[in-house]
Amino acid sequence: MRITADTSVCISAGMCVLTVPEVFDQSDDDGLVTVLLPDPPKDLHGAVAQAVRLCPSRAIAISRE
Amino acid sequence: MPPTTSPESMTFPFQRQCPFAPPPEYDRLRAGEPVAKVPMALGGSAWLVTRYEDVRTVLSSPAFSADGTRPGFPRILPGQAQILERPPFIRMDPPQHGFYRRMIIQEFTHKRIKTMRPAIQAAVDRLLDDLLAGPRPVDLVEAFALPVPSLVICELLGVPYDDHEFFQSRSRAALTRASTAEQFATALGELRAYMDGLITRKQQDPGDDLMSRLVTDHLEPVGELGRDELVMMCLMLLNAGHETTVNMISLGTMALLEHPDQLAALRSDPELLPGTVEELLRYLSIADFVTARIAAEDTELGGAAIRAGDGVIALLAAADWDPGAFPEPERFDVHRGKRHHVAFGYGVHQCIGQNLARMELEIAFSSLFERIPTLRLAASADELPYKHGTLLYGVHELPVTW
Repeated sequence: MRITADTSVCISAGMCVLTVPEVFDQSDDDGLVTVLLPDPPKDLHGAVAQAVRLCPSRAIAISRE
Repeated sequence: MPPTTSPESMTFPFQRQCPFAPPPEYDRLRAGEPVAKVPMALGGSAWLVTRYEDVRTVLSSPAFSADGTRPGFPRILPGQAQILERPPFIRMDPPQHGFYRRMIIQEFTHKRIKTMRPAIQAAVDRLLDDLLAGPRPVDLVEAFALPVPSLVICELLGVPYDDHEFFQSRSRAALTRASTAEQFATALGELRAYMDGLITRKQQDPGDDLMSRLVTDHLEPVGELGRDELVMMCLMLLNAGHETTVNMISLGTMALLEHPDQLAALRSDPELLPGTVEELLRYLSIADFVTARIAAEDTELGGAAIRAGDGVIALLAAADWDPGAFPEPERFDVHRGKRHHVAFGYGVHQCIGQNLARMELEIAFSSLFERIPTLRLAASADELPYKHGTLLYGVHELPVTW
């Protein structure tokens, strides 16, 4: 799995951090999404997929399964 | 199930019949005409959207604009036109919307919200001390549900809580359909003047709060924020910060008391608390029709041909009770374990304070039922004064005893 984040459309709703805090965070400077684990372990794949679906501004994506 | 009421005979907004469920018209529309044009109480018409996926589409597609200055933008409140002339950023489209939202998003990140937890817990504990020492029955709205979010948003913004009677009464007048346009204008004018005065005080003596940071970082040196814009932004945050959560605490408490098996499940397993809050957000969807839009172009949605300039209302409560998204939506189930509701909206306008709201609700419910395990309603749920004529649904008073 490969996760990409587009900070130009992120609105900092924080759904990703709420769903998989191991993988996503919000920057201290501007509050926008940061990816802690771009290639997360398998047991987190389901939660990452859910975070992608929950993101209200489609700022995160799975670029490769 | 065929529609039993034809859209022609309906006028929006509809009234909720059961304290918790959305208006029954939503189910009929979703089953018969999921994107339906209906007359608005204030004149004109708007498309009502009742299916979950369609609601998400409206709230995330650029074909539907949140720009309140566009002619024909749907209005719910008689005086609303005065706000829509120069709206806060919740009624703007990208890129302007992002320009303003980004000035404050770092104030609402998970990390920042967590630093507020001890202060919120202390405020809740203090309010419950006072409540337990006072007479029974007591109005839970006045004694608990309103002061909790009011204290929190005042602390965050840097608004003196001692002024709460002033701004709460004016907010109430501004958010009810019972106010005339003149009454709305008076309330809004007083609130604007109050905020303007507060901004002057922040300019002279900035504190460690959100308003001071907006003044220092965005109003003064670079002038990227006009003074009127700052006034509206602060008013919007103050209102959104307490007018929503008060209803979630009061109605949420009531929903738990009216579903004793669910409350018992929560009590026996505190791990269910976050899921309970999500389920209450879905089940109550109190901001139901705040998410008005206007079509920016001709488009097709759910079989309906929508023309540029048509009003569109993405009904959050209808989406959150769509059986296609939430099986048996009428069942209040703390074990549901789903977070894909749209109670905080969807798209770029999704609530900026949602994670603060989640934390306030978790602390409020856990503390309330721990400190007062025998809490019960002191009136019949059928007889309570519900907020039918307001922008946000709730209950005016909630008498409780123990």
